[in-house]
Amino acid sequence: MKHLYQRAFGLAALLALVLAHSPAQAQSIDEKVNQIFANSTGWFVAFIFSPFPGTSFPWIVAWLVIAATVFTLYFLFIQFRAFGHSIALVRGDYSDPNDAGEVSHFQALATALSGTVGLGNIAGVAVAVGIGGPGATFWMILAGLMGMASKFTECTLGVKYRNEFADGHVSGGPMYYLTKGFAERGLPGGGILAVLFSIFCILGSLGGGNMFQANQAHQQIAGIVGDYPGWITGVIFAAVVFAVIIGGLKSIASVTEKVVPFMGVMYVIAALIIILTNYDKIGWAFGQIFAGAFTGLGVAGGMVGALIQGFKRAAFSNEAGVGSAAIAHSAVRTKEPITEGFVSLLEPFIDTVVICTMTALVIIISGQLVTDPATGLYVVENGAIKTATGSSGVGLTSDAFASAFTWFPYVLALAVILFAFSTMISWSYYGLKAWTYLFGEGETKELAFKVIFCIFVVIGAAANLGPVIDFSDAAIFSMAVVNVFGLYFLMPIVKRELNSYLSRLKSGEIRKFSEA
Amino acid sequence: MSAKYLVGFDGSEASKRALSFAVERAAAAGRSVVIAHVLEWSPYSFLTPTELEERHARRKEEIERAETALLAPVIAEMSGKGVEVETALKYGHIANTLNELANADGVEQIFIGRNGHSGVGARIFGSVAGTLVQIAPVPCTIVP
Repeated sequence: MKHLYQRAFGLAALLALVLAHSPAQAQSIDEKVNQIFANSTGWFVAFIFSPFPGTSFPWIVAWLVIAATVFTLYFLFIQFRAFGHSIALVRGDYSDPNDAGEVSHFQALATALSGTVGLGNIAGVAVAVGIGGPGATFWMILAGLMGMASKFTECTLGVKYRNEFADGHVSGGPMYYLTKGFAERGLPGGGILAVLFSIFCILGSLGGGNMFQANQAHQQIAGIVGDYPGWITGVIFAAVVFAVIIGGLKSIASVTEKVVPFMGVMYVIAALIIILTNYDKIGWAFGQIFAGAFTGLGVAGGMVGALIQGFKRAAFSNEAGVGSAAIAHSAVRTKEPITEGFVSLLEPFIDTVVICTMTALVIIISGQLVTDPATGLYVVENGAIKTATGSSGVGLTSDAFASAFTWFPYVLALAVILFAFSTMISWSYYGLKAWTYLFGEGETKELAFKVIFCIFVVIGAAANLGPVIDFSDAAIFSMAVVNVFGLYFLMPIVKRELNSYLSRLKSGEIRKFSEA
Repeated sequence: MSAKYLVGFDGSEASKRALSFAVERAAAAGRSVVIAHVLEWSPYSFLTPTELEERHARRKEEIERAETALLAPVIAEMSGKGVEVETALKYGHIANTLNELANADGVEQIFIGRNGHSGVGARIFGSVAGTLVQIAPVPCTIVP
């Protein structure tokens, strides 16, 4: 196995060297990849984002808004009621010291966060604000707050119906709760939903969890070292991913997992510094966010455009209702599945309400969005707001941070590469779980998926942002269609668990271990 | 309840020296010995998804290995030495966990071996002996 990844590295370096010396040929490779990719996925994207007849409102956005609202109301605003208790659970206040050595609530949350906090928070927010204007931030925050209830529901089920295999390893996720939960309720169709979810999860892992990451990482690197063909970044990234997921070089992943949280903290601190040093603009920025949310004046698509962008990017960033986090959270060792539901609801809060809002504030405050001096309205060009440097996506965020710290693009490039890498590793795992659910476990079957995953890294880096982000969204939202549909039928089970737990918590039967 | 000596044991030569030293003194003083093995683990470390999935299986393996390869042989070795011996297998930060065990009833002294980290190494990675002498509730003997 050792020389397998050595060969991969060698081949990647050789390819990169040879083709980098023939830019015209390399450029045409990128263009061909882009054209083939856009043509083959266009129909799928068009279907997922098709609007309600006679409107411009995509049905998929309504689906997510309704789901988050239903879960919020059904569990009586659990995200606000249980917030304090969730933090106590993460701190380990309710963890039995005798159970030490298992996966803690903190670890499950941190692992799930390292899969979700990433480019959605940096590039996704820039896309939302760049198209939907500052008002998109309001809808993003609202989507984050309501998404907490969706995540609570799915992660409780993820733990409750996980599989514990004979060799001791545990596996969970929508595939398992859809089949077992439906069977428990005597409902038909759980198996079909699980298969559908698995198919979409594989596409999601190749799209949002892979191609989008590679694409944006390339854009960020190219912004620093100068333009060069995207497939070169793709080949190098693919070689490193290959080394980890096929070569078994766990040390790379394990180092990344340790560095990523520090990068996250550093990103938040940098954003906070920019926001606080422009404290006089904070009120104005929030004014823009609120005004834009309900008027959408001067923004492509108006208010509805802002709402759609806000909800789309929030869902893409925090993955609430998508089902992916249920896979990461299901390994926690707890006697009460509902406790992992409580812990998981912190995820959209940290991801979207805190981090995404900070990115949006930095972009707005730094004046990257161009306004017309005569009217004060944002200038729209080609369906997006004109930006000071003409950048979009991660480039826009980079420019916003660079306006305060000229050196920040270098740090951001490193953060983007690490975020992209950790998200890819997480999603390769989610995709693999779905793959083995469909095709069964086995070395050859697993190798086949991992090789496909590496190939898509190259495609993602070489293709343009437009088709990549469309396909990524479509794949991830299609996971949400199946998952949310199943959650509607399974939410009474979660309610039963919730009521039982809360009554025992109230009666003092469940107590903090420090008080026991 | 008879008084006990607590010995931190990880199978290393240093911990074996600490155990012999403690057993000699326990035999002379009529004390029993608790041999404690702590598996280093923090609930706040970061794991990859694969590590999460395998953690439960790994825990089982770690406990089995500690019981069969570490504690069982040492108990067998201690039989016939005229000292009552019991074992404790715990997860956590080594110094903190030994400190918690020392807080239990009857523990009147802790014995640990010194692994001989350099000053710099101890500063970077932390020293069990250094931490324990700072926090231990009972006298702590560090056996060179």
